[in-house]
Amino acid sequence: MDVKILGSGCANCNNLEKATREAVDALGLEATFDHVTEPGEIASWGVMKTPALVIDDEVVLSGRVPTAETVKALLRDRG
Amino acid sequence: MSAMAVLEHLPHLPETRRGRWLALSGAALVWLGLYQLNEHLWDWILYGLLGMDPASRTTETIHFFAYDTVKITLLLVLIIFAVTFLRSYMSVERTRAILGGKREGVGNVVAAGLGVVTPFCSCSAVPAFIGFVAAGVPIGVTLSFLIASPMVNEIAIGMLLTLFGWKVTAVYVVTGLAIAIVAGWILGRLGVQRWVEPFVFETTLRGKAIDPAAGLSFDDRVHMSAEEVASILRRIWPYLLVGIGLGAVIHGWVPTDFFTTYAGPGNSLGVLVAVSIGIPLYSNAAGIMPMVQALYEKGLPMGTLLAFMMSVVALSLPEMILLRRVLKPQLLAAYIGVVATGIVIVGYLFNALLT
Repeated sequence: MDVKILGSGCANCNNLEKATREAVDALGLEATFDHVTEPGEIASWGVMKTPALVIDDEVVLSGRVPTAETVKALLRDRG
Repeated sequence: MSAMAVLEHLPHLPETRRGRWLALSGAALVWLGLYQLNEHLWDWILYGLLGMDPASRTTETIHFFAYDTVKITLLLVLIIFAVTFLRSYMSVERTRAILGGKREGVGNVVAAGLGVVTPFCSCSAVPAFIGFVAAGVPIGVTLSFLIASPMVNEIAIGMLLTLFGWKVTAVYVVTGLAIAIVAGWILGRLGVQRWVEPFVFETTLRGKAIDPAAGLSFDDRVHMSAEEVASILRRIWPYLLVGIGLGAVIHGWVPTDFFTTYAGPGNSLGVLVAVSIGIPLYSNAAGIMPMVQALYEKGLPMGTLLAFMMSVVALSLPEMILLRRVLKPQLLAAYIGVVATGIVIVGYLFNALLT
């Protein structure tokens, strides 16, 4: 599984990365993490509100930090 | 405890419609009770319990600080909650879709209006700018959106409404929108394409954007709003305390009519000085409101204060540093120049009209 966090290094972006890492660990999944901070690349995903979460080349969440439960549900759908 | 942990512990709203309304009405009643009790509580603690002299400057300063800290925090909770809830029906993606087919002129007007109602933080200015331009929104129209969004600030609207009434609030909203519309239009006319970093035009959109506003339940929206209240308060509390502290000192120690003498409507430099202090100053609308209130008490004219407030919220160094990634220095300078000029004009106009 390929996970990308899109965000300019803001506090919420780090919170999202932390929540996602925890959810991946909790579900016992294998995933590679990538934190994309380049504005051009963030925008090319169609994301205009950071932070955003990309799982296997699909934007699944944008503009907010989800609860751990929400991240788990998103990961399970694609796991 | 981390933000996530707090969120996990937020109670879920009752399942039934009646239960939800009861829960929300209960919260509203508690809020109202605290808001009403606030002044009496501090009167009682300071004058009664601690036996302090109500007429002394020190007591007045402490009373202002304590009372305003509670009052402004309560107002912020209500305003942020209500605005986030209402805005959860809107999104930057929808705004972009609406603006996509608009030409300059009408586009600037629509963009400024959407800048007020769209949930948007200046921290996302860069991806939003690229996203808008890549979707074919003209640069001037995009700039109208980016100017209006922080300029006509929802927290400032709510606070002005409670502290100064609807007339001052209406003046603020209308002139703020006018500046965003005109500034965006002028910048668009300047042919600013050459002053935008080339990579912006090379960005192509892959994949389809998801609409964060779609598919949210009532429960989700209430949770998001509570989340936003916590996240904003956590971020701005230092600005808030410094602002209220300065307001309290002005309230207690600056002589009445001090500013009428030195910076009244007759002083032609007042607005210019206020805006030059306001631009580099980085604070939150909520943080400067206690100062605005205290300065108004001491005779500083409303036009000067509105100009000061606008320059603090509309032009900030961190946002300019972010925008520098997509705008070349020439356009950034033009952006600051046009917006600052607009704010100065508004300040003088209202000092002339309101006196």
